[in-house]
Amino acid sequence: MSTHAAIDVIVSDVVEVNSLIKRFHFKRSDGGYLPAFSGGAHIVIEMQDGDHIRRTPYSLMSSPLDTSDYQCSIRRDDEGRGGSLYMHREVKPGMAMKISPPANLFPLDLRARKHLMIAGGIGITPFLAQTSQLERTGGHYELHYGVRSAELGAYLDVLGDRLQHRLHTYFDDQKQSMDFDALLSTQPAGTHLYVCGPTPMIDKVLNTARAAGWPESHIHFEHFSKAAPGEPFTAELSVSGVTVEVGRDQSLLEAIEAAGIDAPYLCRGGACGQCETRVLDYEGELLHEDHWLEDDERASGEKIMPCVSRFCGKRLVLER
Amino acid sequence: MGSTASLPTFKDGTYRDDFSFKNSPETVLRAPFPFDKDEYMYAVNMELHKDGRKGTAYEQPIDVDEHYVAEMRDRALVLDEDPLRCQSQPHMEMAGWDTLELLMECKAASYPEAFSLERDGDQWHWINRPMGIDQRFTFGDATTLPYGPFEYITRQAQGDFVVLDERHGNLWMDAGMVTTQADWSLDFDIGMNFFEWHAPVPLAHEKGIFTRALKYLLAVQQANPARRLNWTMTVNPRLDTSPENYHQWGPENTHITPENVADKLFLRIELQSFWRLPRSNAILFPIRCYLLSMRDLSTVPKWATRMHRVLKSLPPELSTYKGLDNFRGTAIDWLSQFDDGSPTSSGPFPD
Repeated sequence: MSTHAAIDVIVSDVVEVNSLIKRFHFKRSDGGYLPAFSGGAHIVIEMQDGDHIRRTPYSLMSSPLDTSDYQCSIRRDDEGRGGSLYMHREVKPGMAMKISPPANLFPLDLRARKHLMIAGGIGITPFLAQTSQLERTGGHYELHYGVRSAELGAYLDVLGDRLQHRLHTYFDDQKQSMDFDALLSTQPAGTHLYVCGPTPMIDKVLNTARAAGWPESHIHFEHFSKAAPGEPFTAELSVSGVTVEVGRDQSLLEAIEAAGIDAPYLCRGGACGQCETRVLDYEGELLHEDHWLEDDERASGEKIMPCVSRFCGKRLVLER
Repeated sequence: MGSTASLPTFKDGTYRDDFSFKNSPETVLRAPFPFDKDEYMYAVNMELHKDGRKGTAYEQPIDVDEHYVAEMRDRALVLDEDPLRCQSQPHMEMAGWDTLELLMECKAASYPEAFSLERDGDQWHWINRPMGIDQRFTFGDATTLPYGPFEYITRQAQGDFVVLDERHGNLWMDAGMVTTQADWSLDFDIGMNFFEWHAPVPLAHEKGIFTRALKYLLAVQQANPARRLNWTMTVNPRLDTSPENYHQWGPENTHITPENVADKLFLRIELQSFWRLPRSNAILFPIRCYLLSMRDLSTVPKWATRMHRVLKSLPPELSTYKGLDNFRGTAIDWLSQFDDGSPTSSGPFPD
């Protein structure tokens, strides 16, 4: 749903976590509490970047039990479209911004007898919130966290204090890696698996779990991929009667929004399905980057997820 | 919404035995009449639950009306006889606290003369003046309340409440307080998913209604509740038309005559709303029931005309599914006096 009632916030702090990651703190402009949320939830941060409005989702990492502020940790992506660069370069304490209310596409299954969490790099952020939640409500869990090095491993200290022996760390620069086969073949019945990290890692965990006979209902994952930049292209919107130019650092969804059209969305990462749009006609190639459409839907050329996917060719007509 | 409302004097009617329930003329006019056209078919008739029109059941997000105290008394009687009308699976405790917060906050904001909530961290103080309740408790600690959080607050809120847990792109009915239902059973449906509990509904599956409705519901997010209307008809102003008590109300379906139809047959309207709960990520599904007798309807000429046309044109499968076959003809005959064949104005509201 796109009709989010945006929340006015003030950036209350910006903390450099390491050479790649900064943590941003947001408080309500009117001084009240922010909405409660559940571990795994994200917010969409609205960025006025020149004449361009970016809306980028980030996981909430702060405790769901303390909504006096929200905290997001953002890794600088020098190859991205510029959302994280904007946050790193332009956002300073005291700045007024707008955020969406929280939404959760990566919730804990509260029926689980045990929660097995696997994080890679900045994929740790939803688990910071979830482990805070489980510390308060009770729940059996353990976290396996792979990082490049001790320097780049964010929140190793916080997690070490909170989790003690339930934290297992793996350092790339010491040639340590997770043994997914061993880990996933030795879990007690009723365990739920959660994985968040780079796509190759997610794929490896999912494949190992499925091969080991894990039921699909016990497997949960979240990609943190965002829309990537690409060649500019043009899209005709048949319902609105508008043609939009999609810039190199702009997503198709952002270009549609810039034309004043209220289009549905939720995750803005190609995972939730809300922005699915019918392709009425095209001459060229649809560049699908989402995790939502099935292979046959992609082959049909009838659907596109405008939050992450792009187009290359002469003519693209969308039902929007 | 955002404005406050004052409450009318509470009525004392009953929903059983002598059936002394009666609407005041004001309560008839504020009802959420479910037909915006002269015929009815299933549709994904969902819209955002906001912009409440003043003087209607939509004015406040959680509506309280003149029947509040009487309805809560009836709920307590049902629960005394059958405690399984309120159930909550163990993983739904957090959703219970979410429900309690939502209902207390909404009521205190909408009706400050009747309800108040003071929060100091997790120390909460709730006052419900119509029911004579003054409760201090610790949010999150069920031992500080006389019931679990979900049962505690839904004993103080009109309408049924179902809590749907979201898992794997589906919704699971994992908690509920159900005492004012149109012939369905929480005890039977609990634990089922969206498609399982809707399996008995005719026609709608073929039209792809449920697939689209589920997609819409999964997109309901915090701060953006949604709503829809549903309806059926009930003999006598009985809230508890449950399968468990079918032996009590089932035979009454054959008791409608041309002489008693005006006062004994009721349009039963359900104002259903959908709220994303913050801490549990579950969806709260309140199903609020409004009863209008055929005579109540006749005080609003447009509604009587439209009710006549809807009943006449209703597909037989729907009539049977809704349990109207025994009295539909009698109702159509009585309502025909209000239908001169002229067109009705668009939309559901009275002219």
